[in-house]
Amino acid sequence: MVPLSYYLVLSGVLFACGVTGFLIKRNIITIFMSIELMLNGVNLSFVAFAAQWHALSGQVFVFFVMVVAAAESAVGLAIIIAVYRTRETLNVDQVNLLKL
Amino acid sequence: MLHLIIFSVFGLVCVAGAVNLLAQRHPINSALSLVVVMGSLAVEYLLLGAEFVAAVQVIVYAGAIMVLFVFVIMLLNAGEEERTKGSRVAMLFGIPGMLIGSALIAWVLLEHSGTASVAAGALPGPPKVIGWLLFHDFLLPFEITSILVLIAIMGAVVLAARPESAQQTKKES
Repeated sequence: MVPLSYYLVLSGVLFACGVTGFLIKRNIITIFMSIELMLNGVNLSFVAFAAQWHALSGQVFVFFVMVVAAAESAVGLAIIIAVYRTRETLNVDQVNLLKL
Repeated sequence: MLHLIIFSVFGLVCVAGAVNLLAQRHPINSALSLVVVMGSLAVEYLLLGAEFVAAVQVIVYAGAIMVLFVFVIMLLNAGEEERTKGSRVAMLFGIPGMLIGSALIAWVLLEHSGTASVAAGALPGPPKVIGWLLFHDFLLPFEITSILVLIAIMGAVVLAARPESAQQTKKES
């Protein structure tokens, strides 16, 4: 038996790591990976609460989160490729103009 | 007891992977530590009984999405990220902020969330039941996400395709 709060603490720590990565990283791909880390942290709390309340819909929501994350990463990586093509850099500090 | 040990081991692996993601400077190392995080999260899902979610986690997240990331890192030949002034300021405030935030979350959750505990495999989520739920209770969201995925595929193709003019100049040369 593991207390539910342990799962929630793990998910909270993962989310905090994701937020920090989003703030301190300067490589656009690593920033994107931090977003995935945040989504994973949230998924864990979904599954933990589903087990707590005996509601399977929590696991279905995780499925939806994964589908949306897959779509998001496909579009996001395409945008990263487009940015790299026009600017030849992945550093977000140098990507500061909307126009080319 | 065994349940707690397995939870702690894979939880520690998970957090270590997440911290390593932040510490590494080369994106490929960060991507590989993210795979570690996702793999150990799949074990945590199995401990909670969510077998379908664990399988999808390994196949979709650790498999498909991370392969996409590694492909893009190799395609763009991404090197080590350079430290800038902005990133030093962000680290100065970000890392203490993360520690304080994590400690606060942990304290609030451990102090105020009662003593409810979850047994190993508390809520089995076999594919059959999940599929039934998806196609009955969640049919409309499921269809909407399928349209979303279609739009995302088309958007990715349009965004990543080379511009017309670049293709023509390549053919001519």
